[in-house]
Amino acid sequence: MSQKLTDATIPTIPVKARFSRWFGRNLLRIYMIFGFSYLFIPVAYTFAFSFNDSGKSNLIWKGFTLRNWQNPCGAPEVCSALGNSIKIGLLATTFSTILGTMIAFAIGRYAFKGRSSSNLLIFLPMATPEVVLGASLLSLFLVFKINPGFWPTVIAHVMFCISFVVVTVKARIASLDPRLEQAAMDLYANELETFRRVTLPLVAPGIAGAALLAFSLSFDDFIITNFNSGTLTTFPKFVYVAAARGIPAQANVIGSSMFFLALAIVIAGQLVNRKKTR
Amino acid sequence: MSSDAISARGDLRLTRITKSYGEFKAVDDLTLTIPKGSFFALLGPSGCGKTTTLRMVAGLEEPTVGSIHLGDTDITTTRPYQRPINTVFQNYALFPHLTIFENIAFGLRRRGVKDVKEQVDKVLNLVELPHLAGRKPTQLSGGQQQRIALARAIVNRPALLLLDEPLGALDLKLRRQMQIELKWIQREVGLTFVHVTHDQEEAMTMADTIAVMNEGKIEQMGSPADLYDNPQTAFVANFLGQSNLIKGKIDGSDGDNLVVDLYGQKVSMPKKRSHAVDSSLYAGIRPEKFRISLLGTPVKGNTLTGGRIEDVSYIGVSTQYVVAMPWGQELMVFEQNDDGVPPFDKGDEVLISWEPSFTFGLRGDEDIEAGTEVNPEDLEEE
Repeated sequence: MSQKLTDATIPTIPVKARFSRWFGRNLLRIYMIFGFSYLFIPVAYTFAFSFNDSGKSNLIWKGFTLRNWQNPCGAPEVCSALGNSIKIGLLATTFSTILGTMIAFAIGRYAFKGRSSSNLLIFLPMATPEVVLGASLLSLFLVFKINPGFWPTVIAHVMFCISFVVVTVKARIASLDPRLEQAAMDLYANELETFRRVTLPLVAPGIAGAALLAFSLSFDDFIITNFNSGTLTTFPKFVYVAAARGIPAQANVIGSSMFFLALAIVIAGQLVNRKKTR
Repeated sequence: MSSDAISARGDLRLTRITKSYGEFKAVDDLTLTIPKGSFFALLGPSGCGKTTTLRMVAGLEEPTVGSIHLGDTDITTTRPYQRPINTVFQNYALFPHLTIFENIAFGLRRRGVKDVKEQVDKVLNLVELPHLAGRKPTQLSGGQQQRIALARAIVNRPALLLLDEPLGALDLKLRRQMQIELKWIQREVGLTFVHVTHDQEEAMTMADTIAVMNEGKIEQMGSPADLYDNPQTAFVANFLGQSNLIKGKIDGSDGDNLVVDLYGQKVSMPKKRSHAVDSSLYAGIRPEKFRISLLGTPVKGNTLTGGRIEDVSYIGVSTQYVVAMPWGQELMVFEQNDDGVPPFDKGDEVLISWEPSFTFGLRGDEDIEAGTEVNPEDLEEE
């Protein structure tokens, strides 16, 4: 029992076991690296090739240049397509956010006949394949003798964005303590003032989130837009068509810019939030 | 009418109020007057209807039947913002997007009061938190939030201040401190406070008048001492403190006293403290009113013999005994440790005595378990 422990008597951990322990501890980290690589390599690729001195086709790296960033509208039609997408996106966002927020309040706050079926129906556009939606919308517009173009596209976008707005805003409303509104009423605020000073400011982050989501969905949409926009070119349509004969590097510039803009908005949001809760 | 309501002052009168949810009556034919300037407590277990009553007074619920008056003004159907009544909500309900200053100023601004800054500063000083004016509610501790919720209500100088379990979320020590502070603030501002709680100690510490509620009705109303010393029902006897209720029979009278037979032993009690309707009754004695003596010691007042110490718990300030009586009942006895007499031991044969005037009499058909199964500390309010 009193035998002294020499180095030789201290049990050593076999190398194999040590490795598996290290692996076990770092498994999550390794997994995370793979996960993020998977998500961001395409973005990095897009960004890198926005600096490609490409000429006609942007498939092979030919050398570094800032020309594409200095002249993002250099390629024919790229900026008019972008302009169309932004216009459609803003209009679709505005209408779908207003309508969707109103629907979310109705479903989230009031008991009425048909509430649960409305709740279900609102999910339907999200679950329907876009091809089906796009094709049916087109035939609907044609039945009413409305030619595909700018406004039919806006209407189509509002329609599919509403569902996402409703779902997002409704979640925020559900987390709102009804006692806050009761407290406002108790403190001499009538229904309108209560809504303006308590309900709306508290739901606002949800509405803002919904608006961002609506914009990116609208900006991004190809399938439904392709059916309903006729000769109008949006940014996704431009890229799709250009892909056949080589996408200009300007598309990478615009894509990268959108990515960094979104990133900036998210970071700004986080910073504001952190400041608020501190 | 609405402009009248906001300036109404006076006693609060609830007249034959019933609130039904389908078949269930949360409040059942309740009539109650709360005098102006009083600190009134509605005390009862969870689900007794006290919170519903409060919400009807605040205007957040409408009674199914009955009327609510403030002074001479009928406020039964007026909107919450048309009543000169403010509430301290159970979880404070401070507006998370506004600073403490703006939270307190909220009611003043809605009413178009001029000197908002001055009044908010004054009330912040009253609750001793002037340095927190610029913070947001989430940056405050529970006790601080509680005081701000109180400040936000009293800054409006309402005719009536409603407190819905305001101390429920605080720990015991802070709760005791806030009880004293609330009482002090009530005297300071001179408003009528209506306080809803399930904590009998809290109600007794703070209120001038307590209404004990059970199953949508008022069981008994009175000062804390009234309710404790002379409860009229088993529910009140058990819900406020502990009681020994011994089955007996009225066996004649002797002047102002009744002679009561408790399992063959005769005791007496004041006639006016009996709420029995026929000859059967329960004699009620609070545990601290009992005295224990060894057999053979001469004692005054009522006595019961044949007891045997079943259990002894020494808790410093007092010793609690469980005494088994010949008829199978176990009585609780609290003895102050103030006379140098060593505690009795388990198994000692003892007699129990008490001053006849401490006895209260309940109806013989009472459920003597009423109010005992409720442990207020364990219950979450609805």
